[in-house]
Amino acid sequence: MSALRRDAGIALAIARKDALSELRGRHATVSTLFFAAVVLLLFGFALGPDAERLADAAPGLLWLAVMFAGILAVNRLHLLETDDDALEQLALYPVSRRAIYAGKALGGLAVMLVLGIVVLGAVGILFAVDVAGAVVPLLVTIVLGAIGIAAVGTFYAGVTVRLRAREVMLPLLMLPVLAPLLLAAVKATAAAFAGDPFGELGAWLQLLVAFDVVMVVAGAATYGFLLEDG
Amino acid sequence: MMTRVLGAVALVAVVAATFVALRVVPPDVNQGEAQRIMYPHVASAWLAYLSFGVTALAGIGWLWKRDLRFDAVALAGAEIGVIFTAFAIWGGMMWGQPVWGVMWQWEDPRLTTTALLLALYVGYLLLRRLTDEPERRATRAAIVGIVAAVDIPIVHFSVEWWRGLHQTATIGSPDRILNPAAPMAFVGTLLGMLGAFTLAWLYLMIRRYQLARAEAAREEAARRGHLLRARIIELTE
Repeated sequence: MSALRRDAGIALAIARKDALSELRGRHATVSTLFFAAVVLLLFGFALGPDAERLADAAPGLLWLAVMFAGILAVNRLHLLETDDDALEQLALYPVSRRAIYAGKALGGLAVMLVLGIVVLGAVGILFAVDVAGAVVPLLVTIVLGAIGIAAVGTFYAGVTVRLRAREVMLPLLMLPVLAPLLLAAVKATAAAFAGDPFGELGAWLQLLVAFDVVMVVAGAATYGFLLEDG
Repeated sequence: MMTRVLGAVALVAVVAATFVALRVVPPDVNQGEAQRIMYPHVASAWLAYLSFGVTALAGIGWLWKRDLRFDAVALAGAEIGVIFTAFAIWGGMMWGQPVWGVMWQWEDPRLTTTALLLALYVGYLLLRRLTDEPERRATRAAIVGIVAAVDIPIVHFSVEWWRGLHQTATIGSPDRILNPAAPMAFVGTLLGMLGAFTLAWLYLMIRRYQLARAEAAREEAARRGHLLRARIIELTE
């Protein structure tokens, strides 16, 4: 139990380090937020100006914008660690690898949460959907989706951060794995917007939880190998 | 020599199974001649899953034992799996055109899952090509292969939930095999095709493994050559 508590402490310390450097430098959040906003605008141009059609597509557009921007965010957070070989230093710490993974993923989660909430607000305004009417289920969906994207993103950013073709490989590897998350999150969001007429919201949220658990466990179990010689 | 015999047997088996599937077995009452595509289609899909399972297990083997032979098996599985996946999708589209009236059916969970499968493992192969150092490549590939394999059931389940109208799995439900509606001739042909394709798969796996080992040996020799040359330059300066 005490080992678990120590791991949690280390994870929080790493997440705090990332959060602090983010607050001071704003490498990830600002650029990613504007990227998400631009993506939403372009979706509007691509599908608009029919308001009804945009409102129908809103849940899908929301999650695509969050996912695309999320790729940039997790990439930025890992690039931080390549300066001055910080990742090698991190790997040298005599602490459990799960704790390092958890710390990086928590940092990613913080950025993803900000991103998800801001994009949700922007979708509400741009595509005229009723966000205020279903705030709680929407926020739950955002949190669960953010956990999944942060878990998968941290893992794949760790795989690709030292590659030459990082910008292509990260989305190429990450997006197909995130497909179930996209399906479940879009369905849950659509159900929440519609007031959950068919009572399916819970089932999609459960699928999100299952995805998150599997990916967090898989990431925590394998991230150490990446630090050692990946 | 044994491998060559296996290859010859596999070739004969595939040709024989194809002949039976095309000429001997009667066409399906509802789907007509197009149903014959099902035999290689199902066999390829089965081998694709088998290949990716082998890749994931070989990845675990590498992380556990640190023996690069596991990595060669993983590479063989992924490459051959991608080929069979592409073949299964192609067969599915050929079959979908006459039977469903469209090549791509978004509501079919297995088709969309298989397309994602292709994307996952093409990414895996690209990742391998971008990493030069053998140990590092093996580790990256191993964990990406494991996570991809973990993702497959979730993808399948979520897309199935999303909505489905695919024929229910033929082999998975025994009542369908024993059901008089599926005559023994069809079942026998499918099993024959499965066996023939699996032999061919085994042959390809062995050959690809041997090739991967040869490539690794050449890489290693080139690396040693570089070291030697560097050492000679160092000594002569």
